[in-house]
Parts: sequence; C-alpha cells; structure tokens
Amino acid sequence: MSIFLNKDSKVIVQGITGGEGTKHTRLMLKAGTNIVGGVNARKAGTTVTHQDPDGNDVQLPVFGSVAEAIKETGADVSVAFVPPAFTKDAVIEAIDAEIGLLVIITEGVPVQDSAEFWAYAQGKQTRIIGPNCPGIITPGEALAGITPATISGSGPVGLVSKSGTLTYQMMFELKDFGFSTAIGIGGDPIIGTTHIDALEAFENDPDTKAIVMIGEIGGDAEEKAAAYIQEHVTKPVVGYVAGFTAPEGKTMGHAGAIVSDGAGTAQGKKEALEAAGVKVGKTPSETAQLMREILQAL
Amino acid sequence: MDLMEYQAKELFAKHGVPTTLGTVVTTAEEAKAAAEEIGGVTVIKAQVKAGGRGKAGGVKIAKTPEEAQQHAEAILALTIKDLPVNRVLVTPATPPVEEYYFSFLLDRSNRSYLCIASVEGGVEIEEVAKTNPDAVKQIAIDAGTGVDEAKATAIVDEVGFPAELRDQAIAMVQSLWTVFTEEDATLVEVNPLARLEGDKLEALDGKVSLDENADFRQAEHEQFEDKDAADPLEAKAKAKGLNYVKLDGSVGIIGNGAGLVMSTLDVVAYAGEAHGGQKPANFLDIGGGASAQVMADGLDVILNDEQVKSVFVNVFGGITSCDAVANGIVSALDILGDEANKPLVVRLDGNNVEEGRRILAEADHPLVVIEQTMDGAADKAAELAAKAGA
Repeated sequence: MSIFLNKDSKVIVQGITGGEGTKHTRLMLKAGTNIVGGVNARKAGTTVTHQDPDGNDVQLPVFGSVAEAIKETGADVSVAFVPPAFTKDAVIEAIDAEIGLLVIITEGVPVQDSAEFWAYAQGKQTRIIGPNCPGIITPGEALAGITPATISGSGPVGLVSKSGTLTYQMMFELKDFGFSTAIGIGGDPIIGTTHIDALEAFENDPDTKAIVMIGEIGGDAEEKAAAYIQEHVTKPVVGYVAGFTAPEGKTMGHAGAIVSDGAGTAQGKKEALEAAGVKVGKTPSETAQLMREILQAL
Repeated sequence: MDLMEYQAKELFAKHGVPTTLGTVVTTAEEAKAAAEEIGGVTVIKAQVKAGGRGKAGGVKIAKTPEEAQQHAEAILALTIKDLPVNRVLVTPATPPVEEYYFSFLLDRSNRSYLCIASVEGGVEIEEVAKTNPDAVKQIAIDAGTGVDEAKATAIVDEVGFPAELRDQAIAMVQSLWTVFTEEDATLVEVNPLARLEGDKLEALDGKVSLDENADFRQAEHEQFEDKDAADPLEAKAKAKGLNYVKLDGSVGIIGNGAGLVMSTLDVVAYAGEAHGGQKPANFLDIGGGASAQVMADGLDVILNDEQVKSVFVNVFGGITSCDAVANGIVSALDILGDEANKPLVVRLDGNNVEEGRRILAEADHPLVVIEQTMDGAADKAAELAAKAGA
C-alpha cells in the first residue's frame, strides 16, 4: 500500500519531448514506473524511445492532448515538465481530461496562474501536487517526479515535505527503515496537495506506521497541519521546520501582517506542532533520530 | 519585488487609478526646482522600500521651495530601516478630508485573493485592526471570477464608503483590480485612500509588490529594479543567476535546494553557539545542477565577502551525483586559483557519495576539509571561522 501512486498507476508525461521531460522520463522508467506515453501537441503521432528497467527498448507514443492520451492508454497520472509560460494551460487541459493525479514539477509558475488553475480545479476529478516540487515516489513501485529513486527502498515511513532536497536528505537518513510514500508538495505560495491532504492519506494507509512532516518558514500550512494532527492523526508524527535563522522578509505594507497574524515563523510553527504532540527536531539528523526511536519502539 | 511609492503610483496612473504622480528627484536643488514648478505647499517624501517613513522623519511638508530644499537635504541624508534614502518625491500637499484604507493581496492560506479595506483609519490601519477589527473588512475574492463591476459594488457597499463617493469608489476598485491582475501583483495597497476637498477620491500613497515569476510576460517591470540599492555581492550573484542573500555572519554557505540551504543556516547557527557565536554569512542555493561553473561562480561571490572566514559546502547528491559535485568543487578551485584563500568544509551525501569523497581526497587541496555529516561539517566550519578571528 501507499498513497496516491502505486505500481498500477499508468503515467503520462506532459512535455515528454523536452530536455527535462526526456531526462526524467528515463529516470522514472528506471525506477519501475509504468509510463504509457506523453503529450506534446506539436509532435503528436510520433514516438520517443527509452529503456525499461531491464534495459530493453520501449517506444512511448506522443499524443496531441491529455484527453487523447487517456483515451488510448487509460492513463491516470500525469507529470508535467512544461515551461512556466505554458503551465496554466497544461494544467487546465489535464483537469478537463479528468486525470486522477497531476504532478507539476515546473518551477517559476506565476502565482496568479496557480491561483487560477486551483480555482478551476475545485469540484473536479484531479488531485494536483505542486507546482515547483520534486513530486511523489512510492519506492519499489513508481515515481512521478524527480526524486532520486536510489536513495531509499520501501518501508513504514510516510514523508511529506515542502522542500525537495530536504525530502532527499530525510529519505537518506532513514533509508535503513524505508518509506511507504514520500511526497514533495512544493514551497510555492499556492500549491495543490497540502500537508493536511498527505497526513490524512497516510493516516488511512495501513502500510504507513509513522509520518515525517517537513515544513519551511512562510504561510500557515504547518500551523493548520498541527491543528489537523491533534484532531485526526493517531499515528506518530515527527516534524522538522527549516528557516529559524532565515532573515525576516522585508514586509511591504500592512495587509500581509494583518492576515498572517504572527503565523509564518519557524519558531511559531515548531511551537504549534509541539502543542499538537508532534516531536520536532532541531536539525534534519535530530529529526531522523526522533523517528528512529519511534520506529524501534513499534 | 516591492516597489517604491512613486513606482506604485506610476502603475496606478497607467491603469486609471486617480493619483498625483509628483516629481522624483535625487538632490535637494532638484527638489527646490520641483517645488517651484508645482507651486504652493508641497510634501517631500523619502522613496525607500520600507514602511514607517513618516515616523522616521522621511515625510515633511514644505511651505516654500526653500523649505522643500532644506527638507529634501535632511531626508536624503537619512537611513530608514537600514535603507539609504537616494530619492525623494515632491508632490502637491493635498490635505485629506477623510482617510480610508484599501488593498488587494494574495491569500496564501485560502489559495486565492483577498480584499482588505476600511473607511476608518487610513495610515493607522494596523491599530484599527487591533482595537476595532469589525471596522476592517476582509472580503474573499474568487481567483476564477475575479472582480467585475458587481463584485466591486459589493465590496464598496460592504466596506461602507459614503454614498456620495460610491460611484467613484466602484470605479477605483475595478481599476485597482486591473493593476493587481494586469501587473501580476501579489499586493496592491492604497494607504491612505483619501477623500479630498470637493469629494474627490485619490490614492495619496501606495504600495505594490510584483511577482518575479511573471517577469517573462512583464518586460516593463525590469525598470523598477533598484540597482543602486542592492548589496554589491547580491548584485554580482544576481548577474550570474545565483540565488544569494547576504547575511552578517562569518561562515559562508553553499548548498543545493532552498530547503536544505535554509536548514544549513540553522545548523551552522546552532553549531556556532559553541564557537563564540559564529553565524552564517549568506544564503546561496546553487540548485539541482551544481556544475563546476556554478560552483565556481558561487565560491567567487562568497570568497569576495570580507566577513567570510570559512565556507561550508553542503550538497546532497540527488539527480546530480556526488562525483560530479566533487569534480565541480575541484575545477572551481582551479578556476579561482589564488582567489580561493579560505578553508572549505565539504559535506557530500547521497548518490555516489563514496566516489565523490574519493575525488576530493585524491585532489587533496590544502583548503578542503571533508566531513561526513551535516552537523559535523557545520561544527568544523564554525570552529575554523572562530580560529580565523571572526
């Protein structure tokens, strides 16, 4: 078991013919992902050649649209490597085609575009992860994103993180235990899947025994997650927050200060999580140690 | 990117928000000439990207051009919240009959937008929000439908603008929404939004923050960059496309990925407590790639920071394997030659780490110290910085 992604997921790549799309299609296949094709309107009808984990050549069809790709392959997951200027259109296309899961890797998406496609996604079928994220990995089964598949194998830990490299670092620290699923949700101001969405899914996943949650300064996602954990999560959760010594942003105007109401600092997030019974590490290694103690006691 | 008042007002004027642009000058003599041309009583306002300008003495009323010159001279000598005042704005003094507050902003928490407005207060809006929160309206905006005339009317009625100003306010709200969307802003604030003599609404002061992710479709925004105010090292890093923020400590930091670098700053600050309070000197994220050239560019910036006494290179090899990163460090030191003159503590982990460490050990560069863990490396870097007399 896992959350959101498993060995049966049929994955397409939006932007499969681009530089990043090509590189990561190769790596996703190598990680065992069942990639069934890609999308690029200008190259519809062609194929791209890659190798499966056994080194055999596979021909992946390139479709003109996400809808066509779904119709021909039964795809239920899409990973988007599309330049920022075209990301909004690519996302709306995937939502209209009713893809089940859309992972947006693209960095640098204008936040008003994200706000617009998030509003558009309400009441629709598509779960969005990202943008500006490393994506999701269920080790040993599938990778939809850019997380290195070689860091850690399968195991009892569920991981949700705003940061890509801290995801990798934490997987590395706990590789002797392994992960059910690790999700990098991205650190942009507006993202699809949140800490809370992942916590809820991990709570309901029988193979996840304990959860690591990594946050960063800014916004109030960690404070909200803390409140959620207190109410709904019975599995042990260990937290880490980066940015205690980061310089305070030069706030402009008063509007932000009124809205955030003191939320957003690393210290505030740590205190909120601890008040919810979450053990919070001071450093990544201390966080891993806290999780190790919990896992050993299970 | 945050804009200065005069830049915000330029965007207001561009989209039909009533405002008075005034004249931006950089010397007291020019301020005098501008006041003469405007005629009558003028206001001299410091142009810096910081709030609280009035309280810091950065806003003065001048009855004559000579007074305008004196005030400009004093204001141009000020430093407000660590920002030197390089420009002042000279505008006609138009005393408001009443002051209101209005803003559109990104609402991160609800993944949408918000309008915050009040007919009470104006400048002291934070105080009003505390003492009389009901007077400060927070109105959710649907990012899908935005602000059309009907929504603008609903906003104006909920905020409670006086009836005689209602039509003007509705038009102004729509124009401000145009500024917000057309310019890819994350904040558009008018404070005070003034009711002038003759029941005229005008944006007397404004703040705008722009989304730099939208620069590819906002070519005109480049003109708003405050190049002369940027720290020289930050300017150099920016020219090389590096994500760098200068801080005050002694331990230079290079890492890959914003989260890991932020975490590295924290770990160095904790480790530094045991070494006379050594602190991180900067934030520098070289991204996933970590090529030799990017590493060299990063080291070049950090080693030119006189406050830096040691450097901590903290890389987790993900997509880029550690051997490539190690080769990058070795080549970077070659490229820099004698310019590399401070100890470099390197911690590599992740993909192909053994080969990476082997490459560094074989190169045996006198400045490079290899550490196995992030905590150990932070401690070593802080110790070396303390030893170097930081």
